[in-house]
Amino acid sequence: MRKVRIGLWVLVGIATFLFGLFAYQLSQPKEEFVKSAMVGQEIPAFDLPAASGSRPALSSADLADGKPKLLNIFASWCVPCAAEAPQLAELERAGVPIVGVAIRDREEDVDRFLATYGNPFTRIGRDDISEVQLSLGSSGVPETFVIDGKGRITYQHIGDIRPEQVSMILEELRKAGA
Amino acid sequence: MKRLIALLALVLALPLAAPVLGQDTMPPAPYAYQQLEDPALEAKAQELMFTLRCLKCQSQSIADSDAPMAGDMRHQVRTRIAAGEDPEAIRAWLVSRYGDYVSYKPHLSSSTWPLFAIPVIVVLVAGFAIVRRMRARK
Repeated sequence: MRKVRIGLWVLVGIATFLFGLFAYQLSQPKEEFVKSAMVGQEIPAFDLPAASGSRPALSSADLADGKPKLLNIFASWCVPCAAEAPQLAELERAGVPIVGVAIRDREEDVDRFLATYGNPFTRIGRDDISEVQLSLGSSGVPETFVIDGKGRITYQHIGDIRPEQVSMILEELRKAGA
Repeated sequence: MKRLIALLALVLALPLAAPVLGQDTMPPAPYAYQQLEDPALEAKAQELMFTLRCLKCQSQSIADSDAPMAGDMRHQVRTRIAAGEDPEAIRAWLVSRYGDYVSYKPHLSSSTWPLFAIPVIVVLVAGFAIVRRMRARK
């Protein structure tokens, strides 16, 4: 009988531990971002048409020209993309080459967006069905990837770049060889 | 009164005039809502789409979601299936982009093995306990 009782207490202990674990996990804030598994890897091959009359088209070959750069995924219909425009402009002034991929966007809308918020891009590709976005492991707009001179993804920034994050992005570029 | 009517008209017309913020106005990808012509291939695609996570609406599958990105993912799945790709290869392609999180189908790995091992252990322990009790009764 004594043995059974100990067994019961062990069961109670296990159940308490499990419920405690559930309670703890449920009370933890959920990580909302899905990180790309492509960080550290070669950028997948793509060839996008131009998204705007003001800048040439973008292909993966443009990203392996020896200079580290930023690849910014944006859209004219995306509100935080407008919010990060001053930060992209600041990075451009610091001499960072920035290329853009416009997601599900029309040329006239992209042009209007760039006219309003500035155009920090050297090239802009147009991704109408999020194909390049999916192949990069990006799950929203805006997102910014640091690409080293050999076309390898070294860093992914999810969401808009805040003013206080500009120096961190510059540091990531430096690590990528800028 | 006139003013009130004018105000009312304005309020009613506002949703029509204002562009929907944070949402694109592009048509969906060709195979976002269009089924494949071959029912067998479409069934294959459906089966896979129900086990892939929508990244925009993370508790839904891409088959359940109307988010534009889920539509673009369905387009990828359908066109790849139509091109003869294996559903598990498409899943692996997405997992190589987004990690295990994108797939609802659990697979055996260094972090998921308890998921598979615990039920087996519980059944074995329970079976052992039952057998011992039966013996004790006799």
